[in-house]
Amino acid sequence: MDKFDVASSQKYDVYASRLLPKEEYFTSGHRSCQGCGEALAVRWVCKAIGKNAVIAHATGCMEIVSSGFPQTAWVQPWIHVAFENTAAVASGLEAGYKILARKGKLAGHPPKVVAMGGDGGTSDIGLQALSGAMERGHDFTYICWDNEAYMNTGIQRSSSTPYGAMTTTSPPGKRSIGQPTWKKNMVAIAVAHGIPYVATACPSYLFDLYFKVKRAVETPGPAYIHILSVCPTGWRSATDLTVRLGRLAVETGVFPLYEVVDGRYRLTIEIPKLRPVKDYLRLQGRFRHLREPEIEFIQRQVLAHYDLLLKKCAAPYPEFPPLSHAEEGA
Amino acid sequence: MAKRVGIEVSLAVSHAVQLARAEAIAAYPITPQTHIVEHLSSLVANAELEAEFINVESEHSAISACIGTSAAGARTYTATSSQGLALMHEILFIASAMRFPIVMTVANRALSGPLSIWNDHSDIMGARDIGWIQVFVQNGQEAFDHTIMAFKIAEHRRVLLPMIVNLDGFILSHVVEALEFTDQDTVDRFLPPYHPWHQLDPKKPVTMGAFGMPEIFAEFKMKHQVTLMNSYDQIMKVWQEWGQLTGRDYHPVEHYKTEGAKILLLTMGCLSEVAEIAVDELRDAGVPVGLLKLRLWRPFPFAALREAVNGAELLIVCDRALSVGGPGGPVLSEVRSVLYPLSPQPKVLGYIIGLGGRDVPPEDFKEIVAQAQAEAELGPRQEFYMYGVRG
Repeated sequence: MDKFDVASSQKYDVYASRLLPKEEYFTSGHRSCQGCGEALAVRWVCKAIGKNAVIAHATGCMEIVSSGFPQTAWVQPWIHVAFENTAAVASGLEAGYKILARKGKLAGHPPKVVAMGGDGGTSDIGLQALSGAMERGHDFTYICWDNEAYMNTGIQRSSSTPYGAMTTTSPPGKRSIGQPTWKKNMVAIAVAHGIPYVATACPSYLFDLYFKVKRAVETPGPAYIHILSVCPTGWRSATDLTVRLGRLAVETGVFPLYEVVDGRYRLTIEIPKLRPVKDYLRLQGRFRHLREPEIEFIQRQVLAHYDLLLKKCAAPYPEFPPLSHAEEGA
Repeated sequence: MAKRVGIEVSLAVSHAVQLARAEAIAAYPITPQTHIVEHLSSLVANAELEAEFINVESEHSAISACIGTSAAGARTYTATSSQGLALMHEILFIASAMRFPIVMTVANRALSGPLSIWNDHSDIMGARDIGWIQVFVQNGQEAFDHTIMAFKIAEHRRVLLPMIVNLDGFILSHVVEALEFTDQDTVDRFLPPYHPWHQLDPKKPVTMGAFGMPEIFAEFKMKHQVTLMNSYDQIMKVWQEWGQLTGRDYHPVEHYKTEGAKILLLTMGCLSEVAEIAVDELRDAGVPVGLLKLRLWRPFPFAALREAVNGAELLIVCDRALSVGGPGGPVLSEVRSVLYPLSPQPKVLGYIIGLGGRDVPPEDFKEIVAQAQAEAELGPRQEFYMYGVRG
């Protein structure tokens, strides 16, 4: 089981899924929308982080659909405090377990601390707390459910909404094409903190997601995973297309899957020939208003960004120089 | 045994936290709270206090991290002031509603604008309704004592509420006083190690901070209200126990020369010490004046206050905060409403003094008493009075 990784999962092919844990930590009965990509991602992330973990969750879709008192969909110990402070709560949890362990008040291994939040709670209002927690080097994993807008409050734009997308606060009109800015690069921001593990993932690539999360929680220090979570309600897409849309996001280069280990970039799902972004955009109502020139602009931007990513992956040096204490002393 | 030392009050508070064996501290520097956490961080750095010190990036994260450490099961402390307390505001409600026994020192300071780093009570008055237990102290000894007692009160399983010890910024926090240090053995006997009543533990998983539908929300608030009011008994017990150990007694409303007083001043925090001097001098001059010191601010000591004003003709409430556009200072409004059912009841006049660090010497209290006597006979003619404010 320990040797079981992405490469061998592809080798085992149809048997691979049987080798994954059967335990459910995010149970059925939650109230997410039909076709929710996020719920799918949460279920597999929880399997990957395992039993000995505590979760701090931000306010947002996933908190609301899963924690209506007196019910809960969470099997792992779980805490929700507010929208913007999840990373700070996780910092406290990690520090709390650390001191209890040092004082001998904790039996067994301290639990893994995992923080979760949507794209608003991560890249907008929660960015300060997240940046502080990553800078301080707490041993925790932060997971961003990116459905590319404030879906919980009714589809308002966030800094993670892609260029051109229609939301209720970035409506297309005479003077607007929808969201006017490019999606904020949260992954680069996380990498810039010099943390040991950063990755993108998507539940449409289940094994890739599963092993990335496993690696993140096992890495000492802060880890960040950015998960694209298709939202049929906000994206105005058919509910049966969720997995396919996730795949198209990757196959078109809109959302490449990669990881950054100690500052070194690596594509984890390689796409030999990218599909045109049109294949991805046309299945979603939120891009319906876009005309040819705008789609072409998006296509050029995506290719440029993808090219930059390939260059980073090919770079012989990491994003930041790794230096251990031993080397410093030498 | 107890030891008498001369020490800055901020440092005395840090030592109280050390004696209480706090396990986790999260703080952000804000004037005039800084000396407290600076000293705590050096105690942690020198392994004189076995604790985790989290240097957070804001007060919002300080209180959030405190919720985290408390949820993990560690004895938790933080300190703040003014804008910092205001930045925490949203999370303060959540900390008390989730029943985490966090102890916090607030070195009281004015709120902007204009920017002022000096003392008044407008920061904490903006946080009246956060559902925490709150006390005010008037000198270093009280700051030291109440910090230790706060842990015992907050962590009692019938209480499980966070607690704030209010001390005036600069005019108390930065003053060097002679005070009695209680030794570690006595504190250890008084305050047992913290065993969390509820915590996040994978062996017994729970969901904390679930959302409440309209069908259940008011029931949660009712529980919170009842618990906070009921904490009164436990507060009294802890104060009594501390009094027996150290000989220092504390009461929700404290009296100074109130026997036979027709006029009562009511103050909180450091003002009380200054007012005592004024009362002494007025008494010598034959004015029948006494002083009430409001120590317990939440839960409000309704019965104790009603009893304390019994027989007085004039009550002068001194506020160190202004409720802009409202009926005077926050303490005045509360005291008025608490006394409303009394019959007969004293005339209640409100004076707002010492805003933004303005000095309040004993002469001001004497002047206020004289003014208030004259106003009480006339009417009074205003909802409240802002004392000594230039045109």
